[in-house]
Amino acid sequence: MAKKVDEIKWHELNIGGVIDEPGNAREYLTGDWRSQRPVWDESRCIKCGICWMVCPDVAIYQKDDGYFVANYDYSKGCGICAKECPTGAIKMVEEGR
Amino acid sequence: MIGRKGIEVSLAVAEAAKLCRVEVVSAYPITPQTHIVEHLSELVAEGELEANFITVESEHSAMSACVGAAAAGARTFTSTSSQGLELMHEILFIASGLRLPIVMAEANRALSAPLNIWNDHSDVMAARDSGWIMLFCTNGQEALDLTIMAYRIGEDRRVLMPVMVNIDGFTLTHVVEPVEFPSQEAVDAFLPPYTPAYTLHPDKPVTMGAYGIPEIYTECKFAQEVAMNKSKEVVIEVMDAFGKHFGRSYKAVETYQLEDADVVFIALGAINENIMTAIDEMRTEGKKAGLLNLRLYRPFPGDELLAVLKGKKRIAVIERVMPGGALNSPLYNEITSLAYRSSLTALIKNYVIALGGRDALQSDFRHIFDDIQAAGTKDKKIQKGLNFAMIGVRA
Repeated sequence: MAKKVDEIKWHELNIGGVIDEPGNAREYLTGDWRSQRPVWDESRCIKCGICWMVCPDVAIYQKDDGYFVANYDYSKGCGICAKECPTGAIKMVEEGR
Repeated sequence: MIGRKGIEVSLAVAEAAKLCRVEVVSAYPITPQTHIVEHLSELVAEGELEANFITVESEHSAMSACVGAAAAGARTFTSTSSQGLELMHEILFIASGLRLPIVMAEANRALSAPLNIWNDHSDVMAARDSGWIMLFCTNGQEALDLTIMAYRIGEDRRVLMPVMVNIDGFTLTHVVEPVEFPSQEAVDAFLPPYTPAYTLHPDKPVTMGAYGIPEIYTECKFAQEVAMNKSKEVVIEVMDAFGKHFGRSYKAVETYQLEDADVVFIALGAINENIMTAIDEMRTEGKKAGLLNLRLYRPFPGDELLAVLKGKKRIAVIERVMPGGALNSPLYNEITSLAYRSSLTALIKNYVIALGGRDALQSDFRHIFDDIQAAGTKDKKIQKGLNFAMIGVRA
């Protein structure tokens, strides 16, 4: 489905709501569910990659310099990365601050 | 098995599934459906029917297995009754929402409590708005014929919906009736192999049953509702085609002695035959009674009903289920809703009868005829107490 989910008309749907094009979950930006965002303090980060492993939304990426960053289009702000970080390098910051 | 045979209706239904060349059967035995699935398992075990018979631990699993089989593209059959239908309940909506043309023979039976294995319509009425096409049989021949029609209706690309064939428990399932069996060749010519719109196959992966988030759920359900509504044309088309092919004609709405009737009975299922007998008797005494037999219940054939009810003055809606706190029983609510939206000004009364296997007697219909003939305009008003007449209750 080329169209975004909130643009599809009822008569454009496949029978039974079948999805026959893979990967369209990418079009749904879950980042707007977030009330807190993870922020990295690179001075404390040891590049162990635990945050990258535990993110349930695969929303954490490793940058070229080896440090990590979240894709805020998809990060729901669950805080698992901050909880699991062994050096306390990730803080959850209230959105809007 | 070709030609006219004396056969228990349950076995005829199983033979109908065989004639349809069903590929997967999953069912859990429950009285009074048991003989249907027993006979199917025999047919599979003896190699007479090439199908997978999936034994399961409950009706919830039976319907779930049917959903999986139909999603994989198999022609799928199941059968249940009463508590079993209610245990399937949540999966009924998944089968219809996924647009899977499963066919189910539903042996109508009362719901507990009190525990009761006998016939009424409380089971199907609790599932009436689950998105299944619903057909009702009045005799064994119809049980066989409608099972065959159910596949052609459900599998039509314009429809793709599950179909429930309602067969009254015991009063139909357990009686031996003369049933005309078509040849396998004739059924094959009427019912082509099922070609699903989508299947679960690794060569072309699709997702069925994805999340319908708030941004899309409304569109999905509206599309389903429009399709359900439109399926009526296909039901009527298939009934016509069946008549041409097999020589037995069917209509969504059948009538008997209706044209000059002063009182019209409306009912679902096998009780229609009792009413016809009662009408024959009443007619000999000059009582002009007629019948409207609703063979198609979902989608509701409103136009077809109105076309034959036009100008009628008194309508007795015969129901086999308690309203359960609703203003009236379900069919009555729909008939009166039709009247509100049309020029139908008849006096319409709601009669609840024959619950949990209680017999409906000829004298009951005579009583109903006299009751509605004597009724005045006050009977159109909402009553302070119960809004239906209970037939046969000891008081």
